[in-house]
This record gives sequence, C-alpha cells and structure tokens, in this order.
Amino acid sequence: MILYRYLAEAIFLGFIVLILFGSLLTVQARLLMHAVLGLAVALVGVAGLYFHLGSPFMALMQILIYVGAVCVMLVFGIMVGQTPNQAAQLRLSSHNLALGIVTCGAGFVLLTATVVRTQWVAAAQRVGDFSMQHLGESFIYRYCLAFELISVVLLTAIIGAIIIARSPQERNQS
Amino acid sequence: MTESFFLPDLLRILFTFVCAIVIVFGNAVVMGYLERKLAGRFQRRPGPMEIGWQGVLQLAVDGVKLVGKQLVIPAQSDKVLYRIAPIVSFAPAALPLLVIPFSPKLQGRDFDVGLLFILAIVAINVLAILIAGWGSNNKYSLLGAMRSVAQNVAYEIPMLLTLLSVIMVTNTFSLQGIVEAQERIWFVFLMPVAFIVFFIATLAETNRAPFDLPEAESELTAGFMTEYSGMGFSLFFMAEYTYMFIACSLTVILFLGGWHGPPLPYADYTSAIWFFLKVYFLLIVMIWIRWTFPRVRFDQLMNFCWKYLVPFSLVHLLVTAVVVKL
Repeated sequence: MILYRYLAEAIFLGFIVLILFGSLLTVQARLLMHAVLGLAVALVGVAGLYFHLGSPFMALMQILIYVGAVCVMLVFGIMVGQTPNQAAQLRLSSHNLALGIVTCGAGFVLLTATVVRTQWVAAAQRVGDFSMQHLGESFIYRYCLAFELISVVLLTAIIGAIIIARSPQERNQS
Repeated sequence: MTESFFLPDLLRILFTFVCAIVIVFGNAVVMGYLERKLAGRFQRRPGPMEIGWQGVLQLAVDGVKLVGKQLVIPAQSDKVLYRIAPIVSFAPAALPLLVIPFSPKLQGRDFDVGLLFILAIVAINVLAILIAGWGSNNKYSLLGAMRSVAQNVAYEIPMLLTLLSVIMVTNTFSLQGIVEAQERIWFVFLMPVAFIVFFIATLAETNRAPFDLPEAESELTAGFMTEYSGMGFSLFFMAEYTYMFIACSLTVILFLGGWHGPPLPYADYTSAIWFFLKVYFLLIVMIWIRWTFPRVRFDQLMNFCWKYLVPFSLVHLLVTAVVVKL
C-alpha cells in the first residue's frame, strides 16, 4: 500500500512539472505555434491535477474542451495573424519591464494571500454520481452563477473572434 | 484493501495495457488486409495475392519495409514538432480500449465517465494532425491540417448531440451501464435517426472517405501526411485504424446493444464474440463506403453538417427529451 502512496505522490509531482514546463514554454516561445502548444501541455497538466484530486469529470471536460480550443486558436493564428513561423521580436524596454514586474508581482501576492488565508476543508464525501439529473441540477442550482459567468466569457470570445476575423473591407464599410 | 491485493492489482493493470496494445496492432493488421482485399473486390481485381495464402502475409512484408525505411526530415520543417506529431497521434489511441466493455467481464475498468474518457482522448488526434501539418512546413500539409480541424470541430457537434440523446435515456456515462440498458431493445430501433447521424459523424471524425478531405490524395497529394515516410507514416496509419475501431466500438455500444446477442456458454466472457462481430461488420461497412462513394467537396461537407446534421440532431435531442419526460 505504501508503494501506491509513493506512486501517487510521484504522479502528482509529474503533473506539477508538466504544468511548469508548459507554462515556461508558453512564455518564452518566440513562435506563436510553440506558445499555444505549450499552453496545451500546461492544460493537460491541470487536467491531471483534477484527476489526482478525484474529479475525473472535470479532468475529462478540461481535455475535451481545451484541446478543441487550442486547435481553433492555432487555426486562427495561421489564418488571421502574421505568419506563424515568424519569430516574435523581443520588445523589452525598461518601461515594459517595470510594468511586467509590477503586474506579475501583484498577481503573485494576490494569489499567495488567498492561498494562505483560505481555510482548506476536505470534502466531506466524494460525489460519484454522474447521472444527467445530478449534473443538470448542480449546474442550474448550486453552480448557477459560475455557469452563467462562463457563458459571458464565451460570448466575449465569440465577439472577439468575429472582430478579429473581419476582413479589412468590411471593417472600412462599417 | 489488504496487502494481498497489491500484486494482482498491479498485474491486472499491466495485463490490460498489454491487451490494449495487442488489440491495436492486431486490428491494424486485420484492417490493413481487409481494406486492401475488399478494395480489390470492389474494383474487380484480386488485391494482394503474392505473399502467403491469398496474400495474408503482405502486411508483414510491408511492415518490415516501413520499419527499414529512412526517416526523412525536411530541412525547412520544425524538427521537434515534426517528430512528435505521429507520437501524439498514436500514443493516446490505445487508451480508450481500457474502458470499452467487450463483454460483461472483459473490460479494463468500468469507469463512471467512460464515454467522456473516450471522447476526450479521441479529440487529441486533431491536435496531432494540426501539429503534423504545420510542422512539415508544406502547403499541402497545412491545408490538409486546416481542413481536418474545421471538419472535426464541425462534426463533433452532431456527434455529441446524438450522444446526449442516448445519455438522456440511459442516464449514465458508464459504457457498461449503456450496454445493460439495451437488454430488451437496441437503441438503433428506438432512435434510428440518431444512429445514422452518429455514424455519418464518426465517418467524418475518423477522416474516412467520403469525408477524407484532410488527406485527399487527388488534390493535396497526401494532405497532412505528405512529408512523412517510414514509421512516421505508419504510425499515422495505425492510429487511423485504431480510431476507426474505437469509433465503431462506440457505435456498437451506444446503438447496437454492445455484447448482447444470442446466449452462449460462459456468456460473461464469450459474448465478446458478438461485440467483435458487430464491430467488424461496421468496419466493413466503412470500407465499403470508402470504395463506393466519391469524395465530397469541402463546401458540401460543411453545408451538410451545419445545415442538415446539426438541426436534425437538435430536433432529435428535443424530441427525446420530451419523450423521456412523458
């Protein structure tokens, strides 16, 4: 049994490494394609964490949705952006650098503060119920706000995509 | 959980993995032979005949040839992505086999959300095709990959909608549960429209003719596979056959009653025979369709999905919801 626990720990650490590796790849890549694929690696790592925490439904939804999203993002990169194999220029003026450091620092402090101050309560029980009824009820009643917020995010994404994808002539007409 | 469970559990995991890989390769061999033989029949020629009885060993010879071939990496390609694309395509292909119920007892693991597991894993193949198409740095490859994404994203919608109709009736994502729900009547008789929509969508999702636009050889040489040689090519090939097998297994589980069939002795294990018979029947239908129908044009493909399949499956979902509620 001890071996199992070690295995689980090792897999957990593996997922952490995967997330960090993917995030690093995303940030330091000079090609759009590499950056998006790095994001995909990080997202798979997050899915693994969900799995590790005993929520296979979340993990699988994460993979199912984000793989499609990443693909569409890549296609958009190929179609409407600059050529995807054009390396991005490093534009690191002191002004940008200061801004970047401030934003990252603020984000880090905020997240750390939340993590430290939250009292982590272990779930009383694992829900093993994946029936349509249960899922539907949780979406409509318990997690209603989150569910509706997600649809707003999706709406924004759709509008953004339409604005980016419009051809220049159409843009001039309006 | 006592100490004694330890070894058998680990052995069981290993054994399941070995079985899954055996099925992947066995299926690739059988399908390769069936496809070439049947293609020959449909075109009034014998197909492979030279090596072994009726050419059964042709695949082994081809395999050796492919393994021995040089892997050519185009100079202008993205080396890393070019290399990992076939692996990304092939590596997840064996995973869905772990949750497919071949018979009441022959199943790697009865997963609560087995259906979602299969869908999530299968979705990775599109990403692999896109990586391959872009990494090769070839116009044909890129066009094939872009087509593949457009096609897969579009046909996923009617597929998931028809799946939802089935889920509404069974009220579970567990594949074993879905098969057991069809003990009295197979869902193909309850929802024939859903079956047809689902089968068409799986044809498109597995990039099979008449929807094989990502590799359309008459217009894009070989689409996303243009630059691949040797094992790179054969990994894509085996992945395609495995995904076909998984798609047909899913159709059998959802609509054709899984392992249900006339009773057999030791039915807990032997009813896998019915499962495999049904799966290979569907696979032969897929081959039949491929060699009978011409490839559709890309705009026809998109129109067919968005104007016919999506509204059909939406209406079907609505009707199913009402009927289930009554």
